[in-house]
Amino acid sequence: MPSHQSHLKNLDYSVVQQCMHCGLCLPTCPTYDATKLERNSPRGRIALMRAIADDRLEVTRTFGDEMYFCLGCLACMTACPAGVNYAELFEHARAEVEEQRLLDSPKRRLIRWFTVKWLFMDLRRLLLVGRAMRLYQQMGFQTLLRRSGVLKLLPKRLQELEAMTPDIPKEFSAEMIPPVTRAVGERKYRVAVLTGCAQDLIFSEINRDTVEVLAHNGCEVITPPEQQCCGSLHAHNGELGLATELARQNIDQFPPEQFDAIISNAGGCGSHLKHYSKLLADDPRYCERAELWDRKLKDVHEWLAQIGVKAPARDGQPPLKVTYHESCHLSHGQKVVTQPRQILKLIPNLTLVELPEANWCCGSAGIYNLVQPEMAGQLLDRKLKHIRSTGATIVANGNSGCLLQLINGVRQAGLPVRVAHPMTLLAEAYRRSAAPN
Amino acid sequence: MPLGNDTLAKLREIVGADHVLTTKEDLIPYSFDGTAALQQMPGAVAFAGTTEQVAAILKLANQHKLPVVTRGSGTGLSGGSLPVNDGLVLCLVKMDKVLELDRANLTMLVEAGVTTLTISDAASAAGLFYPPDPGSMKISTIGGNVAENSGGLRGLKYGITRNYVMGLEVVLPEGEICWMGNKCVKDVAGYSLRDLFIGSEGTLGVITKVLLRLIPKPQAKKTMVATYAAMDQAAQTVSDIIAAQIIPCTLEFLDRTTIRCVEDFAKVGLPLDCEALLLMETDGHPAAVAEEAAKMEELARQNGAKEVRVAKDDVEANKLATARRSAFSALARVAPTTILEDATVPRSELAKMIRFVDTVGKKYNLKVGTFGHMGDGNLHPTFLTDERNKEEMHRVEEAFQEIFDEAIRLGGTITGEHGIGLAKKGILPKFAGDAQMRVLRALRRTMDPNGILNPGKMFE
Repeated sequence: MPSHQSHLKNLDYSVVQQCMHCGLCLPTCPTYDATKLERNSPRGRIALMRAIADDRLEVTRTFGDEMYFCLGCLACMTACPAGVNYAELFEHARAEVEEQRLLDSPKRRLIRWFTVKWLFMDLRRLLLVGRAMRLYQQMGFQTLLRRSGVLKLLPKRLQELEAMTPDIPKEFSAEMIPPVTRAVGERKYRVAVLTGCAQDLIFSEINRDTVEVLAHNGCEVITPPEQQCCGSLHAHNGELGLATELARQNIDQFPPEQFDAIISNAGGCGSHLKHYSKLLADDPRYCERAELWDRKLKDVHEWLAQIGVKAPARDGQPPLKVTYHESCHLSHGQKVVTQPRQILKLIPNLTLVELPEANWCCGSAGIYNLVQPEMAGQLLDRKLKHIRSTGATIVANGNSGCLLQLINGVRQAGLPVRVAHPMTLLAEAYRRSAAPN
Repeated sequence: MPLGNDTLAKLREIVGADHVLTTKEDLIPYSFDGTAALQQMPGAVAFAGTTEQVAAILKLANQHKLPVVTRGSGTGLSGGSLPVNDGLVLCLVKMDKVLELDRANLTMLVEAGVTTLTISDAASAAGLFYPPDPGSMKISTIGGNVAENSGGLRGLKYGITRNYVMGLEVVLPEGEICWMGNKCVKDVAGYSLRDLFIGSEGTLGVITKVLLRLIPKPQAKKTMVATYAAMDQAAQTVSDIIAAQIIPCTLEFLDRTTIRCVEDFAKVGLPLDCEALLLMETDGHPAAVAEEAAKMEELARQNGAKEVRVAKDDVEANKLATARRSAFSALARVAPTTILEDATVPRSELAKMIRFVDTVGKKYNLKVGTFGHMGDGNLHPTFLTDERNKEEMHRVEEAFQEIFDEAIRLGGTITGEHGIGLAKKGILPKFAGDAQMRVLRALRRTMDPNGILNPGKMFE
């Protein structure tokens, strides 16, 4: 056996043993649902992890592939009566796969180095790439290239990826949001908003809308211009060391003692951000503050529901039919399920129609749609079919990854549906009620 | 005989290469079912898509005397679908079509791999009702339900799987396909072989299609939760309800440990400061439901219930029933290994049996969570232990032996709904007696002369 340290063997055995293989997770697992193979189910994956911990199985390439076939949507954690911490098992399993370099190939190494180790480790690099892409789009190169047909010369997968590149907004968060935004009316709370990395690049308007909504609800909002990635991308991709480094940087930048709440508006990030104490448990300098951080960390919907969100005033807008797609890590990871719906229902002219299978993964799953396009595509089609069935003209969602996936999905399917974050819809309603009629 | 390359090649010919699994990573996830502390590695897993494929596989297995364990979703609780070492697992989850819903005859024909929930939903969509609702109904397959003769929360009023099977398509061990039963309500032609296969635990043949009886959906239902400071009060309430000649559709109980675990998972607002909880449900004509519910509530209060909460709507009622169904798995929150039992006694002996379980738990110094179907005498005392603690596991075994002996003494049975499988194989002979064992063995030998189907299960 190689002499490296084994994540799965070093894990507290009770975490591995918690699964009593009753099978109640199976019907909620999108990959099991697609293949009907136990290996592709949470129960099956845990059995493989346990076999490794027990020395009945070596960490093989097949095991590695399986860990990356899992979406990490955590639907199994909602379904599991026994309370298995699948998120923890899954992160350690992927870390084990990375350390043993089982899936290594020059291409994969390059992609991982570029994204996980370089791009998402420093916001300045991300902004640089963002500016370059913005330039490419604003100067009309993208349109030109797309029209010219030159792109057809690219391999099919690259063509598909090119089509998925998001529209880069004209301004990033720091250009739109002052570092301190005063509360509208009486100041009741002081909160920080994490503007995120990819979110800042692609959905800076959502950050602006979030800040506006919070200010409207009595919060003074702090948003330092240069923020780091939360580290979820790293933790979910087997780089727990890098994730820990980012956790320390974030705690330094946002001392939890100074805020009533630290707000995340992306379900995937929030789900990771709430568990810094796990990452830093062995760091005496940070472990206590990390626990305080976890307690202060709130998803924006959760926080607004907790402090009692203000209803926008009635306006003369035509009725809107909206449906809500749950981000996996908001619903399964953070168990924030009712609050976004409550908030949407506050908007006067809005009717909320339930989306069938609202909490079934859309296939975005972090970078899953980039690395597992086939499965991701199947899940997107299933989601779009349900969205269509509701007859809604807006689909609301609280996570940047899902938003991107849905925007691409409705565009490709030609669905006349707008994709929006609940904070954007609420901010628009506030603006309408403030505007003179 | 273990699986040779020739046999594997033939298996691939029958079902297609994609439907035969042989790698270690593929097989480990099939090395167990829902039963605690049991594991055996199969030699291969084959997925059949049609009855003809099942027949071809059994013919092949019979020729080579290859052990075959039929499996659905692997949620069984007695080790019935645990593989035989190096043997073949024949998995039927891909035979998952609802073939016919006959509204004129109130029947449904399904393939064996259809889940219980799909059946229940399909019946409901047609305004009909399929009552059996085992705890794993969201994923358990009908083939497994029939093979294990599964029960559920509604057994008391509506019976168990057996009461809803009108016909079966079965592949016999030598590969012959055989239909038993039909859509007739009355049919006395010959021995009822269909009934022999219900609860046969995969030892006599492979069930490939099931013809189910459906009934009209009750127009109304009312669900209540009563909480007590003592388990005896809950048991007495149940006895009084039955004595008042009310047969509710559900009378479930949870003890203190189970209540805590279930609430921790399901968050349905169960009170945590009580010793026992009764989940009661009555259904039928609205007038009858109202009258029965009022009477049940009155009896609960007379027996000292601290609180009786009525579910405000169907959504809350379903949440409560779903929470109850999660009880067994939820108990795993407090201990790494949960060993669940299934001792069942006549309803009149229930209070005695519950007290006995409590005494035995104390005597062997074991942590026990007890829940179950109080209305039909089917208890699930669950020992909360750790399979790595050999000494404690030994005490668990001894405790169970005492519980079984007591259940038999009180006129009960060693398993109400989970089956014999491997878990209770050792005590079946004592319970069944020599004459019955002789008939069981003779039947099995006649049906499966080469002993290929689920060998080592139920009895030798």
